[in-house]
Order: sequence, then structure tokens, then C-alpha cells
Amino acid sequence: MKPADRVARHVAALPPSGIRVFFDIVSDMKDAVSLSVGEPDFPTPWNISESAIYAIERGHTHYTSNAGILPLREKICEYYKVRYNVSYQPEEAIVTVGASEGIDLALRALIDPGDEVIVPAPSYVSYAPGVVLAGGVPVSAVVSTENACKLTPDALKKLITPRTKAMILPYPNNPTGAILTEEELKALAEVLLESNVIVISDEIYSELTYGKRHVSIASIPGMRERTIVLNGFSKAFSMTGWRLGYILAPQALITPMLRIHQYVIMCASTMSQYAGLEALRSGLEENFATVEKMVAEYNKRRRVIVDGLRKIGLPCFEPEGAFYAFPNIGATGLSSEEFCTRLLREQKIAIVPGTAFGQSGEGYARISYAASMDNIRFALKGIEAFVQSL
Amino acid sequence: MDELQKTILDHLEQEARVSNAELAVMLGTSEQNVSQAIAGLERDGVILKYTAVIDEEKLDNHDRVQALIEVRITPQRDRGFDGIAERIARYEEVQTVYLSSGSYDLMVVMQGRSMRDIAQFVSSRLSTIDGVLSTATHFVLKKYKDQGVCYGQTSEDTRLKVTP
Repeated sequence: MKPADRVARHVAALPPSGIRVFFDIVSDMKDAVSLSVGEPDFPTPWNISESAIYAIERGHTHYTSNAGILPLREKICEYYKVRYNVSYQPEEAIVTVGASEGIDLALRALIDPGDEVIVPAPSYVSYAPGVVLAGGVPVSAVVSTENACKLTPDALKKLITPRTKAMILPYPNNPTGAILTEEELKALAEVLLESNVIVISDEIYSELTYGKRHVSIASIPGMRERTIVLNGFSKAFSMTGWRLGYILAPQALITPMLRIHQYVIMCASTMSQYAGLEALRSGLEENFATVEKMVAEYNKRRRVIVDGLRKIGLPCFEPEGAFYAFPNIGATGLSSEEFCTRLLREQKIAIVPGTAFGQSGEGYARISYAASMDNIRFALKGIEAFVQSL
Repeated sequence: MDELQKTILDHLEQEARVSNAELAVMLGTSEQNVSQAIAGLERDGVILKYTAVIDEEKLDNHDRVQALIEVRITPQRDRGFDGIAERIARYEEVQTVYLSSGSYDLMVVMQGRSMRDIAQFVSSRLSTIDGVLSTATHFVLKKYKDQGVCYGQTSEDTRLKVTP
């Protein structure tokens, strides 16, 4: 018996993450400057970390209720009301192991075999495999940089079939940095309200926007009832390693997700939940001054990156959210893969090929500006030297 | 002071060695606006000086000792604490003079080549000033954080090099 033959066929058929492949190359180069990290470079604010230490000291080291501790769910609801003007009851919230678990729960709770899920492309690496693992069929909604990588109502309408169960709405977007405004969401909602499609709105970057505030599609009239909001603490509070996220959805959708969660996860890490409680408590108290300080820092780097790339001659649409720039490298005549591999080998600068986020990312690269200004300056110089050498 | 000037100050406090051109890009404004704003801040005495934060432990022959000296004084008629405070501030060895609330009046930070140096200064110059009632000298043994910078902590990036 060969154990490899015993692996489920649909799992064996999953392609390895494109990011992972690139990671292996970068790991070999110890002194490379990396602008390919999808997590904040700020430390978790100390008051948050300390509250987890206190939680351990006070003996909060046991399971919590499946949905998560009530004070945290209450604060999450208050937070969504204050920040995004959507009202939820604590019974409509589940605390998850990062927004990643939220993606999985939402997809598994919704998908019957063969159901279609519309996934904007390029987008975060987990959506399409998540759909496949849940037995569904991902349908790519390719967005164009000419339209600032926004999903349009026309594009959406064309993809909706009787088999469409859900769509993923990942804005502010990784890898493109695109956002959707209230008007753009309303236009999408018009299409969606005539369908039976459930929206899985991944709002993990909701705090990181530059100029325009994030709007949740759940705040658009009629949409709350058919929307699953995913969010978490990783990006807003620099808490990636705490693995803490949450789902907000109407009762009818929360109940099945909670059922899966209670069987496969039980509950999110207890001390992380207390840290999350402190993050929201202090955030609400100080009107998110700490978050906004980080956003102001990202904004400076964003402008430096975009300005620098354009001066080098790499077209780059204005990213308005997350912490990524998504320049078009097509004019160099290289494929994304070639561009990034050679940039790494010749200039020791790591950025991620657009194709790591799907075939539609060909001709692009993702540059993370969750990096120090010095590294950004260094990288821009290196990219310029590399492009000029071609 | 306008909004741009406030934002510029925030940045310069963190990083003073940045060109006006780059600062303009960062803040989404023109280089001219930035240089005008900074010129204004300098002219009005808001920005007093651009300096460097140094970890003296790293210097090969660092031989400077720092002390925090609590000084109790008798306020003078008309001038209050100002006369004596300004007099103490004139000494070059004195880096900082604060008037503070609490059990003493002035907090004086000073630097010397040795403890003896500082002791000498306190006994012969500081405590002999008319109106100085008493002093208490605290020598700095180790710095953990100064001007917002933590000492001895490596700024090594512990994140994975590539993450989705």
C-alpha cells in the first residue's frame, strides 16, 4: 500500500499555494529585503499583549463557550455598530481562529456539491481552494486594473447562474489594494438583491483605508440578511499570530456555522480572546487613535511606493486600502514569475508574482508596504536598477 | 499651526533626516508646501534643533555620566521659580531643567565625565546658589528607553519572509 494513493483525490489535486513556492526560493536567500509579507510590521500594542498575560495569570486557560466569551462578542457588535453602522446581537457573532476559519466555516455551511461560488480574481489565495474543499466550484470574476480592480455589477450579473450559492467580496483587497465605495456596493447590491446569492464579505482590512472609510455591504439596505461578514484582529491591531477573528451574520446563517465550529474547533484560543477584548475596549475608548496612527504610517509608505513605481515607469493604479501596491510589470517583457525571481536573484528584493493570486495576476506583482521606510527606499532603488538593466 | 505642520512635526520627531521632496510625496503635497511649512516652524521657534539619539554604551570610550538632580528652591518675589531655574540652565553641563510638581521644584539633568565631576558641580555650583534649599542627586545606571527609543532591543524582523 502506498499511503500517497490513499489521499482523497480532490485534496491531492489541490495545487500547492503559489506563495509557498516563492517562499521556498526566498528562504534560501538570507539577506534578501522582503516586501512580500502579508502582515503588519508593527508589534501588537503592549496593552493588548499584556491583557493576555493577565488572562493567563488569572487562570483563563480553559475552553470558552463555542461562540467565544460574551464580553468579546458584545464588544465586536458594538464595534461594528460604531465603526460601520451595522447592528448585530452577540448571538449573531462567532469568535473564530482568524478570519481564515471564517472563510472555511462560511463556505462549508453554504455549499452543496457542485454549487458555484463567485470569487473575484486575482484575490487572496485561500478562497478558491476553500470552495473546492467544501465541494463547490469556484467561478472567477476577473477584475481589471483599468477599473482599479473593482468588481462591477455587469461582471457580477453575467456570472450568476441558478447554481450560484455565494460570492466572496474581498474588499479592501489583497493583493490589489482596491476598495469599494458605498455607491459601488449599492450597485452590486442591486444585482444581488434580485438573486439568491449569499455574500461572504471578507473585511479583514477594513481599518486600513486611505482617504475613504470602509463601508460594509451589510450596511446597504436589504443586504444584512444575506451577508456573512468576516473580520478579525490581525491587520487592524497587528495581531496575526494571535489567530483571532470573527463572523457576523443573521441567526439563520450563524447557527449552521456555529455547529461546524463546535465540532472541529471548539473555541478560539482563550487568552487571545481576552487580548481581542482589550483591543476593542481600548480602541473604542480612544476612538481608535492607535489604529489610525498605524494607518497614517502606512499611508506615507503607500504614497512613496506608488510614486516611486510610477517614476520607474511601472504603471500602478492608486491602491486605497490594505497595504499592497499592485504594479503592472508587463512592459518589461517578463512574466510575473520571471520578474520576481530575477529581481530576487539580481537585487535581493522579494516581491510576490501576481500569479500567486491566480492566473489573472499575470503581468503584475504584489508589493507589500508593511515594511520599514528604509526597506521601501532600498527596494525602490533595486527595482529601478533592475528595470533599467533589462 | 496648520494641519500640514502638525503632520510634518509628527514625522520629523520620528525621522528628521528626510528630504523635503520625499516628505512631500509621503504627505501627498508639494515640495514647496513642505519647505514653507518647515521654514515657518523654524522661524516661530517650534522646531529648535535637529539632533541624533545616541546609545552611548556603544561608544568605544564612553566616559560620560548622567545624573538627575532634584532641587528644592525658594521662589523669588516677582520672578517665582524662573530666576533660579534660568540661572541653573546657563551651565553648559546642564542638559535639561524642568519645573515640576511634587516634593521638589526643579528636575535638573546633567552630564559630566565622572561621578566626581558631577558631585563637584552640585556641591560647589548648584547648592551654593542663593535660594537653593536642598539637592538630591541620582546617577543614571542604565537606560532602557530614551526619547521613545527602546535600548538594546534588536529591530530584527521576526515575520516569515513571504506570507499570503
